[in-house]
Amino acid sequence: MTTPALAQDLAGIVGERHVRTARAERVTYSMDGLPTHRRLPDVVVLPGTREELIAVVRLLATLGISFVPRGAGTGLSGGALAGGGAVLLVLTRLNRILRVDAENRMAVVEPGVVNAKLSAATRPHGLHYAPDPSSQSACTIGGNVAENAGGPHCLKYGVTANHVLALEVVLADGQVVDLGSPGGEPGGGGPDLVGLFVGSEGNFGIATKIAVRLTPLPRAVRTLLADFGSLRAAGEGVSGVIAAGIVPAALEMMDQSCIRAVEDSVYAAGYPRDAAAVLLVELDGHDAGAVTAEADAVAALLSAAGARTIRTAADEAERERLWQGRKKAFGAMGRLSRDLVVQDAVVPRSALPDVLERIAAIAARHNLVVSNVFHAGDGNLHPNISFDATDEAVRARVEIASGEIMAACIAAGGTITGEHGVGLDKLRYMPLIFDAESLGAMHAVRRVFDPDERVNPGKVVPLHACREWSRGAGSRERGAA
Amino acid sequence: MSILDKVRALLGEAAVLEQAAPGGIPRIAPGSPDAVALLLATAHREGWRIRIEGAGTWLQGDSPADLAITTRRLDRVPAIEPQDLTATVEAGIGLDQLRQQLADRGAWLALDPPGLAGRTVGSIVASATAGPLRQGFGPVKDHLLGVTFVTGDGRMVQSGGRVMKNVAGYDLTRLQAGGFGAFGVIVLVHLRLRALPRADVTHLLEGPREDLTQVAEDIAAAGLTPAALELVSPALARREQWVLAVRLAGSPALVSADETGLGAATAGRFTALRAEEAHAFWMRLAEGFAVRPVTFRIGAVPAASDEMLDLLQHQVGDEWVSATPAAGAIRWTGDTTVDRLQRLRRTLAGLEVPLTLERAPWGTRSAVGHFGAYREGVGPLVAGLRHTFDPGSALVVATEGE
Repeated sequence: MTTPALAQDLAGIVGERHVRTARAERVTYSMDGLPTHRRLPDVVVLPGTREELIAVVRLLATLGISFVPRGAGTGLSGGALAGGGAVLLVLTRLNRILRVDAENRMAVVEPGVVNAKLSAATRPHGLHYAPDPSSQSACTIGGNVAENAGGPHCLKYGVTANHVLALEVVLADGQVVDLGSPGGEPGGGGPDLVGLFVGSEGNFGIATKIAVRLTPLPRAVRTLLADFGSLRAAGEGVSGVIAAGIVPAALEMMDQSCIRAVEDSVYAAGYPRDAAAVLLVELDGHDAGAVTAEADAVAALLSAAGARTIRTAADEAERERLWQGRKKAFGAMGRLSRDLVVQDAVVPRSALPDVLERIAAIAARHNLVVSNVFHAGDGNLHPNISFDATDEAVRARVEIASGEIMAACIAAGGTITGEHGVGLDKLRYMPLIFDAESLGAMHAVRRVFDPDERVNPGKVVPLHACREWSRGAGSRERGAA
Repeated sequence: MSILDKVRALLGEAAVLEQAAPGGIPRIAPGSPDAVALLLATAHREGWRIRIEGAGTWLQGDSPADLAITTRRLDRVPAIEPQDLTATVEAGIGLDQLRQQLADRGAWLALDPPGLAGRTVGSIVASATAGPLRQGFGPVKDHLLGVTFVTGDGRMVQSGGRVMKNVAGYDLTRLQAGGFGAFGVIVLVHLRLRALPRADVTHLLEGPREDLTQVAEDIAAAGLTPAALELVSPALARREQWVLAVRLAGSPALVSADETGLGAATAGRFTALRAEEAHAFWMRLAEGFAVRPVTFRIGAVPAASDEMLDLLQHQVGDEWVSATPAAGAIRWTGDTTVDRLQRLRRTLAGLEVPLTLERAPWGTRSAVGHFGAYREGVGPLVAGLRHTFDPGSALVVATEGE
């Protein structure tokens, strides 16, 4: 089918205004938050209702055309890019909060609802949606589900997978299924298909309705900023807090390069510019006295690890300023050079000091600027490489350094992504952490949900590295049922 | 050549635990994950039907099969990392042994599943049976960082890893947690731990159920964060009346604040248990679910907990019941019929409340199924996944029932 004919059929469902075929319009959708991957979709379609979305998926199933679901496009793995004739299905118009059930602490939303807007809507009930990615003012809950997104406060409250109760999903063939249940049974009357779906990066279908758990707003909060003379001392401070059994709401680290980028920007938070690293630690709970006691214990542990100074936010304004520096750090790093690769890996927490030193050595060897801002309490690193993508030689060095950073994290017992996903960017690293059998198992599971592999093709599982499983097993079973 | 002879040739005499377990079938205890894979690959080729067992203390070992595989020799603990609060354990280790090893290193697995103390980690994961600590620390899946499992045709598959966050690839760990072994035999589990709580206290309040339900709501409304908030029937609690048990665990400052808050929210009506009394209370509660023929759990929204307890009382009785009202989770044990279970499940399904059959004799299990009939569109997905992970239907697991 020709592109104009397809666009016409799609326009028949969503209206002409919501089908984009002009190159200038499509270019907007050719990247996500990662500058190293680019794919120009032939057609972009923006359904406005659940029914339109299902009709579009059914039309594409009839035509045998692949498609890629996309939220706000803030992803950092090249996961929401459509090329090779795949239609890009943008879900930002499906942005209604369908229900807030304060009594049962849950909400039901459409996939295009912006993360921060859900928390804003539930705040009057004394509740919030806990996963808080740095992009929360723009990213969507549907995208969060696809990527199993995290965020600073996931240390205490858990990642997206811990907060999704039930899903309505449209599969690649247009069939609509309900997974999970809003109550206290993870499988909802079967195996935990919700848990399997969350983090599947769009490969299993599109969530059309998402039931999420809401969390009470803490009544007492203490936010500390500790600065250190070395990365190693800061890393040891993190280990000390975790091993003491204290679970802060958040425990974030920034290194000197990041601190200076923030302090030189409009987001300046008053971080000490001469520090090798700062830790931003937040403790919360329902009792002010207990939270203060825990904050005092944390301060003592950080002092013992070598903190030079420890500052406590005196009021909400100071707390917000300290957090703004952290949350806008990626934006501030844009000042360092033209392009930025935000990397994502996880290591055992006790390995943080060693791995940070290895990353610094890799950066020095390749003559690159690497800034670290990350979720230290989870061991979830974000080494960010600032570079100029127009310089081919530099781009090649960035690729090599990224690979070496991943290898260092894997060697320390870690993994290649903690919250950004595999997408296109991490495909090449998957065989470093999974053997051919395990990758083959993932591929086989994907084929149960999407036998023709039409949803977000070419992502997550590197097919060349998979051992063959019984091909078509899933589709045969489904066809027979 | 008999099945037993073939197994001896494959794994050696030491792997044959019993020549004739219940049902007259051999019980084999492979000594390594590789041995499990070898055995299942052979079973797949030969068309043998396999019963999966752990320590034999939870699910009745009575499913019809040619061979029983027990994980009880897979009882090593390859790694405990107290600094990172993670552990890697083989699936056949008993929870009691693991708890001790963790406590020696200052670490804690915040799971208190129903069953006897020696129940295996693999059994707990496969059936996703969380206990009262679910209130504070979440369902079983929240404690898992990764698993390694062997499929019905003998393939070894790794999922997840050993670190706190991990989104590399699809999360097959979630499929195994609560899959009842239908998607493979779990051989290795990577666990998320907590630091051993420095303070751990239990307070009890006895009274009529309706009264205690209100008290539980008051506690939640006061913003307290108990590790457990459990409503227990008199017979199960071995008390005259229903019991609301509150467990507070964590740092001394947090626990002390919660104790003060508990007193304020409930007018000081609770009584603190001594440490050994508290230990005995929770242990008896867990064991109470392993001695009667049938145990199931249901999951409702929290606000419906009371209504669900009424429904259970009406349809199957409420002598042996324990509920985590703030999580909407209720567990029932006793003796009942297939008809009653099926009727109850139908009623609950109409209310969008799933019933998961945790343990029952094979006759009941096979008729009712752990899950029962799936919602529209889900059945083919589950069938596809089962076929993927057990293409020869070697693993005898009653998921759907008749």
